[in-house]
Amino acid sequence: MIELSEVSYSYGDRPLLTDLSLKLAPGSFHFLTGPSGSGKTTFLKLCYLELAAQRGRIEIFGQDAAELNRDSVAKLRQRIGIVHQDCQFLDHLPVAENIALPTTVAGRSPESERENITDLISWVGLTERATARPPELSGGERQRAALARAVVMSPDLILADEPTGNVDWEMSTRLLQLLIQLNKLGKTVLVATHDLALIRQAKAQVQARVLRLRGGTVQLAGTDL
Amino acid sequence: MKEKGLTLPAKGDPNRIVPPTGITALLTVFVAGAMAYLCVFALALLFSTDRLADRWADELARTATVRISAPPEQIPAQTAAALTILEQTPGVADARALSDDEQRVLLTPWFGPDLPVETLPLPRLIEIIETPDGFDAEGLRLRLRAEVPGAVLDDHTRWRRPLIEAAERLRFLGWLSVALIGGSLAAMVTLAASAALSANARVISVLRLIGARDSYVARAFTRRFTLRTLAGAGVGTIAGMVSVALLPASDTPGAFLSGLGFAGGEWLAPLLIPLVAGAVAFGATRLAAMRRLRETR
Ligand SMILES: Nc1ncnc2c1ncn2[C@@H]1O[C@H](COP(=O)(O)OP(=O)(O)O)[C@@H](O)[C@H]1O
Ligand SMILES: [Mg+2]
Repeated sequence: MIELSEVSYSYGDRPLLTDLSLKLAPGSFHFLTGPSGSGKTTFLKLCYLELAAQRGRIEIFGQDAAELNRDSVAKLRQRIGIVHQDCQFLDHLPVAENIALPTTVAGRSPESERENITDLISWVGLTERATARPPELSGGERQRAALARAVVMSPDLILADEPTGNVDWEMSTRLLQLLIQLNKLGKTVLVATHDLALIRQAKAQVQARVLRLRGGTVQLAGTDL
Repeated sequence: MKEKGLTLPAKGDPNRIVPPTGITALLTVFVAGAMAYLCVFALALLFSTDRLADRWADELARTATVRISAPPEQIPAQTAAALTILEQTPGVADARALSDDEQRVLLTPWFGPDLPVETLPLPRLIEIIETPDGFDAEGLRLRLRAEVPGAVLDDHTRWRRPLIEAAERLRFLGWLSVALIGGSLAAMVTLAASAALSANARVISVLRLIGARDSYVARAFTRRFTLRTLAGAGVGTIAGMVSVALLPASDTPGAFLSGLGFAGGEWLAPLLIPLVAGAVAFGATRLAAMRRLRETR
């Protein structure tokens, strides 16, 4: 699904990730954890090609990331569901349109997607908020809208960056349930989070592996979590 | 399942994906209109210059005269000699001495019908019709001077040349104006599009992140600026055409300026202005968008 081999990345001359190797098998559920600033977001950006690795090789769906042109990058992103740390909505469009946006830019007709999107919006519990603009949403609502947008194209791979940041415990649980449901549908899920309680809760429900970013590379966390 | 209030964008509707750009929109429409208005006049100038140059050329081209001024008893001999030379000159299609009657007709406006042409020491005129290629006026002049002392060749070039030069300069200025107007439009659209692209940097990066191809993002901007330019240029062109139509008619005698305008099928030419302006706007916006997109992964 996704494979990194000896990948290094640094902003400027301060190395952040060094010789990082990792393989996500199809259908797996992974947590990526580590203190704030350890490079979780950077790691995910490498995975969805917002950043290019300075060394090493990244393979996504069997394609070498370094060899993709801009159109291929766009195509590939249509196959990955991304929940960005800062959500990345278009603030002038209603929530429903933001959720539908990936299908719009992929050239699908809105009519054919209407049912899918209506279902998705109710799945994340935003039916009442569908016409609101993103800035009017609460933190939890934003995160749920971001999750709905991430899965609207039925991606096989879902990357979520702190999907439970800025939300209360109850909402975290709810978001986690949505992610677990997606994994049970066969999707590969990678969740970056520093919320260890969330991880503990998840491990009670799914076969989740925990990766810890430390010293620029990832280690499989022990069972002590 | 509730469907209440679920509004989805029309397919590829770019006007929703990029938020309205307010004042730049109005400026684009206005400048496109003003440029199109000016362009109508530049085109009118071009056409009028062409017509004027054609008229001058028609009136003056392809005719020349040789005037034989000599003591009356030498005129017939010199006329015959000049005609012989003219017959041998390449580029002369026909040469013919005017008869007394024809000369009288030419002089009537000045001296009345009863002029005794026969008894006056008038020069004899030989009318030359040139072939389309024309003849070598300098060579002919030298030969006439050597063999027919009383012959003076008047080939009208000294009248024609400055007029044609003036017409050519006007034509050049006309094209220069059209080019400057087109360039200004391209520059203005580039500025407006760049401003819109900068203002929407976030929109662009979000669109890329959710899998939009460059051409999709660029289209959201090119459509907008092309349509605005088309609209502005359309209004400007029509206003310009109305203004040209209201200029004094070209058949009022004399003045060049009263001849500024379009004739017949020429009226179709300004209708191309909005289309060309739209194409210029499309190209300028697409270039600016692609340049901007290269900064976004
Ligand atoms: N665009 C950037 N330019 C320079 N430094 C950056 C940039 N983005 C992140 N960093 C730095 O890289 C480190 C890792 O950031 P990040 O990947 O966001 O970590 P995390 O998501 O684990 O909190 C931080 O020290 C951050 O300041
Ligand atoms: Mg982060």
